[in-house]
Order: sequence, then structure tokens, then C-alpha cells
Amino acid sequence: MAELTFREAVAAGIAQEMTRDPTVYFIGEDVAAAGGVFKATVGLFERFGPERVRDTPISEQAIIGAAMGAAMTGLRPVVEIMFSDFLATCWDMVANQVAKTRYMTDGQVSLPLVIRTANGGGSRFGAQHSQSLENWGMAVPGLKVVAPSTPADAKGLLAAAIRDPDPVLFFEQKSLYGVKGEVPEDEHVERLGEALVRRTGKDCTIIALAAMVPRALAAASELERIGIDATVVDVRCLVPLDTRTILGEVRKTGHLFTVEENPRLCGWGAEIASIVADECFDDLDGPIVRITTPHVPLPAAQTMEDAAIPSVERIVETVRRSMR
Amino acid sequence: MPARTPRPHAPPSRRRGKDAAAGIDQATRLRLYQLMVELRLFEQRAYDLFVENLIRGTSHLALGQEAIAAGYAVAMQPDDYTFCTYRGHGHTLARSASIASMAAGMAELLGRSTGMLHGKGGSMHLTDVAHGAMGSYAIVGAHLPIAAGAAWSAQARKSGQVAVCFFGDGTTNIGAFHEALNLAVVWKLPVVFVCENNQYMEYTPIRSVTAVEHPAADRAAAYGLERILVDGNDVDVMYETAMRTTGQARRGGGPSLVEAITYRHGGHSRGDPATYRPAAEVREWLSRDPIKHYRERLASMGVDEEALKRIDDEAQRKIDLATEEARNAPPARVEDIETQVWSDGGSAWRN
Repeated sequence: MAELTFREAVAAGIAQEMTRDPTVYFIGEDVAAAGGVFKATVGLFERFGPERVRDTPISEQAIIGAAMGAAMTGLRPVVEIMFSDFLATCWDMVANQVAKTRYMTDGQVSLPLVIRTANGGGSRFGAQHSQSLENWGMAVPGLKVVAPSTPADAKGLLAAAIRDPDPVLFFEQKSLYGVKGEVPEDEHVERLGEALVRRTGKDCTIIALAAMVPRALAAASELERIGIDATVVDVRCLVPLDTRTILGEVRKTGHLFTVEENPRLCGWGAEIASIVADECFDDLDGPIVRITTPHVPLPAAQTMEDAAIPSVERIVETVRRSMR
Repeated sequence: MPARTPRPHAPPSRRRGKDAAAGIDQATRLRLYQLMVELRLFEQRAYDLFVENLIRGTSHLALGQEAIAAGYAVAMQPDDYTFCTYRGHGHTLARSASIASMAAGMAELLGRSTGMLHGKGGSMHLTDVAHGAMGSYAIVGAHLPIAAGAAWSAQARKSGQVAVCFFGDGTTNIGAFHEALNLAVVWKLPVVFVCENNQYMEYTPIRSVTAVEHPAADRAAAYGLERILVDGNDVDVMYETAMRTTGQARRGGGPSLVEAITYRHGGHSRGDPATYRPAAEVREWLSRDPIKHYRERLASMGVDEEALKRIDDEAQRKIDLATEEARNAPPARVEDIETQVWSDGGSAWRN
């Protein structure tokens, strides 16, 4: 084990896969000599050279399109879209081309590619550089959607995404880049589609994703002090979704809370609430409660942004009130 | 009203075609002719089946534009990549032009289980990866960056393959066109971008919505590329252009941007009678039919009528057989709806 920051773990995951598989290439804006604007790819250019680690122009359609054309003809490209908000400038490529072409050709082509992107708020960047939009990807058939919460998962899930034979949207929460954690130094590969129970409690189940996982865990510690023992499930992967773990953990406690950084409507928690209501309604002892950012573009000022995104305090207060 | 009155482009001189033909052997010339006839008959049959209401949805026929597809397909190596648009029957079928692929193409239009995409794609998405036809893309401009990506892969793998990307004049006004051109030049990719300027962006004269007279050729300089403007209705010219541009790409000389002037014999799509086009203009371009022209040229070069007739008859037989096979196939299987979203063949999004 080594203690790495989340951003170092991202670079370690890419490096592990580029070493293992010569068909893995990595492109994006400012990713080569500059090491990425979030410094999540430092050292890759020096280690793997200008053929395999390439800077692109500010041309998100060309970045995704190039990755798609390369993936369908024998490479395993990893691309960086600097901010997930910029996916809006190339959403045709992602949602119409990358996601649909395997199906429309009935399997004539495979698209083993990974779109990494810095996601979410907490940086006071305003509404066009702070969105948490995993649900955009989740809404499109043909895309796998991953969002790790720890440095170890950043490496292990990214490695799994690169090895996966289908397109993966890999969301790296900006507010996690500086977080440190133990990361296996040897080859480390997780499996897509497996949620992880990060804490086991008997009273309620809190399901969280990415940056909301450490907040849910902190909230669970505080809730314990007031006599509420919470399970915390880290979803990790929205597509494919580990409903078996989620339903199992909800059945044990009878109370479900989701903690979502995304704005309210059609957030991933809504889909989970629907599945839980469908499939374990009789096990529920109270309403399903979603804790989300309000349905607004994320504001920039520190006071506003902090109050908009679910905080430890809001999670504690919402759970406490609901469990009363 | 458009600021400028559109008028049809005069094709670049015919003499050039004859010059180009001078270096082309007879077997290749006959192959070019045969392929154009096959693509023409396929599209005509598709039209007939639409009229019979056997084909649903829409279709965008390339009647009149066969010389571009044939010229490139004959010049390309078997493992080169073709990327085309929703007006892509011809480009896709040109890569193999077998009865089997014609039948699979027709069956896809008819929504049959034996369709090229087993009913999942339809007219606008014909794809035949086994023969290098990497897809028909129905969002204008999307496939230019994708073709650049295939070329990037070929460059990285040092495979010697070339990607050829066909698109319409309207595509030159969308961002993806410019993003792809720039990237292809910066990375010196083995890709050829071929603009089929049929002079109408759907229903609108391209000149009335474009800042320059020649939507592709006049923009080549912006990317440091040679201005290549050719007669897209002259298959010898197209073949020669294809040999030159794919050759340059294969030798590591980087991308090309070709503008081939042509004309759609029909409307934009199934529901468009194209009444917005002046009758005189249509008459003029019908008289420049690439197939009629080439047949005359071959005859003037000494190819006897019998040989040409044999090609015509054989092509007709091929299309008839393909149509028969497609019409007799069962409809697309509803059991396939939830297959092939993922590489494991399924569509599971949860456990």
C-alpha cells in the first residue's frame, strides 16, 4: 500500500493499464507535458511518450470522435474532458455515436473507450464548471457510468473501466482530487457494477456516490452519537447498477436515504427510489428520502455553493428528522 | 430570400476526365462502370420499394452521385475504412458489391431479420465492417472526427490503412467539420475528407447559406491544405483523385480535403419532391448523368456495346436476386430488441 492523493491514484491507474496494454492511448486538453489542469495525469507523458500521451486542441467533438474511431479499429483510448460540463459541447458524440453505434450495427463494432472527466462542485467555479451530471450518462442506453469515492477506487475502477469492452463515462469529483488514502501499489483492478458497504448499521441505509460518500460516512458518525446507527453504501457504479447490494441493505434497515450532489430532478437516487419502491416496498418502515442539491444551476459564492450541495449537517438533520 | 441567387456549378472541364482516363486500364474502367450501374440500380429499386410502401421510415438516395462512391471504392485497398452519411447506401455497398451485401442492404431497408443490421439500424445506418464500411452516420458532421480517429488508429498501429470520409456540402457549416479538419492536419492523419457538393443542403441551396462559393475547397487553405475541386460526375476524375489522395495519406503525407461537384437526381429524402429546384437546372444536370456519360466515353474508347450490355444485364440480375432474397426474408425479430447494447451481447444495466 502507498498513501496517494485521489489525483495521483488516477494517474497510477492509467499508468498501470498503459504499461500492461500497448493499445491504451491517452489524449485530452493540456494532459501531456502539463499533466492536466487538475494534475491528475502528471508523469504519463514523460513515461509513455508523445505518441501515446497526446495534447489535443480545444475540440471536444474531435476528442470523443477520435477516441471512437480509434476504439472501433483496435485501440483502447482513454480521453479526458477537462470539465464534465464540457460534455455538453460533444454530447452528440457521446450520446448519439459512442453509445448507440454498437447497438445500431447489431454488434459489428465494439467501443472500448473511457471518457474521464472532472465533475462536481466545491470549487467556487460557478454553474458551467461545477455540475454533477452523472445522470446525463445514466439516461443514455449504451454507456457505463462510474464515479469513485476513494483513491483506491480511483485506481481500481479506472483500471476496470479501461479493460471494459464497452464505453465508460468515468466521473472524478473535483472536490476529491486532494483527498489522500491507501492505494494498492501492485496491480489493482476492481469490478464495475459492484456497490460497496462502507459502514454497517441497523437503523437506516444511506446510499451515496463519489464526494457524497465521505460526507455520508461523517454524517453516520454524528448520527451514531444521537443513537441512529446507519449503513452507508457507496454506489461506485451507476451503470451497471448493483441493485442486489442496494436492495439487500435497504431490506435490513427498512429506511432509505440517498445523498446526491446532482440537482434534484431525475438524479440517480430517483431511479434507486423507484426500484426500491417496486421491489421491497413491504420492507420499508418509512418514506424514501432523497437528499440532493436543489434544482438550480450551482451558484459560485462560497456561502451559496456550500449551502446548495448536501453537507454533513444537512444529511444528519434530514435523517434525524425522518427517523424521529 | 437568399442574398445571392443560386445557380448550378458548371462542372470542371470534361477534358480533364479524358486525361485521367488515359492512365486507367480497361479492366478498372469496366469495374468503375459496373459499380456505378449496380449502385444506381440498387437506389432505383429502393425507390420502387418505397413507392410500393414496402419500405417504411425514410431514405436518402444518392441517385446521380454514383461516380464519387465508385471512384473511391475501386481505388481503395480492401482494409481501408469508409465513413459515410445517411445518404450512404452506395458508399457502404460499394465496398463489397456482392449479391449477399446487396441483399443484406435491401433487407435492412425492408426491416427484415436478414438485414445488414438485423433491423436495428435501418436505411440511415448501413454498416459493413467486414468490408471496411465503418458506418453511415445520421447526425451531420459526426463522422468526420470518427474517421479521423480511425486514421489515428491506423497511424498508431502503422497499418498503412487509410480512412475515407464522405459528407455533403451542408456538413461544411457544422463545427465537427472544422474540429476534424484541424485535428487531422495537426496530427497528419491518413484520412481523406470528400465533400459531395450536390449543391443543396437538404432543401436549401448551399450557396445561400455559406460564406464562400465552394464550401469545402475554399476552406482548404484555412487548414493549410491543397484546394481540390473536381467533377464529381466524372468517374475517371474521381478514381484518379481517389488514387492520389489515398496514396498521399498512405505514404504519410497527411489528410486531403476534396470537393466533388455533383447533383442529386431526386429530393433530399423520401418525402421531398424537390420542387424548389428550377426545372432547367434539373434538366441540365440530368444530361450530365455520370453513368450515361461514362457509357458513352467507354464506347468512344472502343468498348463494344455487347460488353456494356452484359454489365448492365448482370447488374440488373444481381439487384433482382438481392431484392428477391430480401423480400422473402422474415421480419426483424422482436427477441433481438434487448441484445447487443454491450459486448457481452446483452443489455443488462443492473444485477
